[in-house]
Amino acid sequence: MRLVTVAGPPSCGKTSIVARACAALRENGVTSAVVKFDCLQSRDDELYAAAGIPVTVALSGGLCPDHFFATNLEEAFAWAGGTGAEACVIETAGLCNRCAPHLRGALALCVIDNLMGIDAPEKIGPMLRLADVVAVTKGDLVSQAEREVYRYRIRQMNRRAVIRHVNGLTGQGCRDLAAIMALAPDIGGVTEMKLRFAMPAAVCSYCLSEMRIGARYQKGNVKKAEFGDRHDNGN
Amino acid sequence: MTTETETANTETALRLSSLTLTAGRDKCGRPETGDIHFRPGEITALLGPTGSGKSRLLGDIESLAAGDTPTGRRMLLNGQSPDDDTRFELQGRLVAQLTQNMNFVLDMGVMDFLRTHALSREVASPDETAGRVFAAANSLAGEPFRPETQLTQLSGGQSRALMIADTALLSWSPVLLIDEIENAGVDKRRALDLLLSTDKIIVMATHDPILALAAGRRLIFENGAVTKTLRRSPAETACLARLEEMERRWSEIRTALRRGEPLPSPA
Repeated sequence: MRLVTVAGPPSCGKTSIVARACAALRENGVTSAVVKFDCLQSRDDELYAAAGIPVTVALSGGLCPDHFFATNLEEAFAWAGGTGAEACVIETAGLCNRCAPHLRGALALCVIDNLMGIDAPEKIGPMLRLADVVAVTKGDLVSQAEREVYRYRIRQMNRRAVIRHVNGLTGQGCRDLAAIMALAPDIGGVTEMKLRFAMPAAVCSYCLSEMRIGARYQKGNVKKAEFGDRHDNGN
Repeated sequence: MTTETETANTETALRLSSLTLTAGRDKCGRPETGDIHFRPGEITALLGPTGSGKSRLLGDIESLAAGDTPTGRRMLLNGQSPDDDTRFELQGRLVAQLTQNMNFVLDMGVMDFLRTHALSREVASPDETAGRVFAAANSLAGEPFRPETQLTQLSGGQSRALMIADTALLSWSPVLLIDEIENAGVDKRRALDLLLSTDKIIVMATHDPILALAAGRRLIFENGAVTKTLRRSPAETACLARLEEMERRWSEIRTALRRGEPLPSPA
């Protein structure tokens, strides 16, 4: 089965363009199934279901969704295989921009939108930097000049990715995206595959549901920040 | 999979001597009468009621149609069908677009932004280029704006003027697709003259008589297909001059009203 990981900040249009690309894939005779990883709730499955694409949602609840994704990848891939699909698309929520779900040996798609501000490509981090394909949405709402500058900034962060402008509402560019997705590596399973970027080390008391503030409640992997120069109190 | 050879350094302007759309079919499957050729430095206006096929034609160009769109048209570049690699490389680069939905969304001053765009194009002297775009934009805008004005604070007309000037002078794309630029506060004729001077292929869907007549050629649409191709006649050139004079008067009256000046009695 071919495997595509999709990542991008919230509300950038991941679901819209993936649903349209999957529909375009089907027209070309390639069936797909989608696993959506999200945090607290998601109604995105309705959009896929409406497009007739098999979909399942996995909610991480109290866990870090990226760790949750890695922990459940084998089962997710197996579920997609069980639907008889030829392509498995895994959509993740993006969230804190620190992580990337991208795997070595699978096609990595990053979705970002043109409304996020000119510094967004720098802030988004590994899910953009390590992607094979960057799909840029909402380009119809901004000037040509901003699109060009934005694309340049993306290119500065990721020299090798294919950059595509797509429109989740009209479907413009989604057929082209589907053609790229159809080239995703065909793999037997995800076991022993490797992430492209390590997930954060996060074993502190707050990972274990601590709610109180204060140094004495902080145990484990605790990192203290430097907050500028020390102030001289007039001494 | 194929990887794009393009890098930031090679995102330069593309050279194009002609673009052709082969005859397609209308919404009932009836064939179009002939191929349509587009050349640099030429404006083609698209006219017809809503739903008659103007947007489909713009879409065919934008998506580098290869017989795979509803119209069945194919796009040829310099007389030839682009191969898969060329198509792949041109996606998102062949065509610049200008529509009424577009807004500036960045928190930046006009001049800072133009310099940023010039830098991204890696032009020899970004400041000089930015200055040229700024001057051109101001000459199109009904009301002038300042170099430090925030993009998001520009009026509709000022934004449109800046987009037109920037597209004309800084965009990398050899083809410009315009979906309606009529907007109070932009000198339309000057805008078209500026765009024409850039040697781009310009295709413009419009309902505005002045813009339609300013184009050397008009394609008339019906039921999803081009049904007529018209060249501007001498009589129409005269009509255009009259319309422009009327528009000039209209704009004088608007200016007088905004300044609280009494209007002269009609001549």
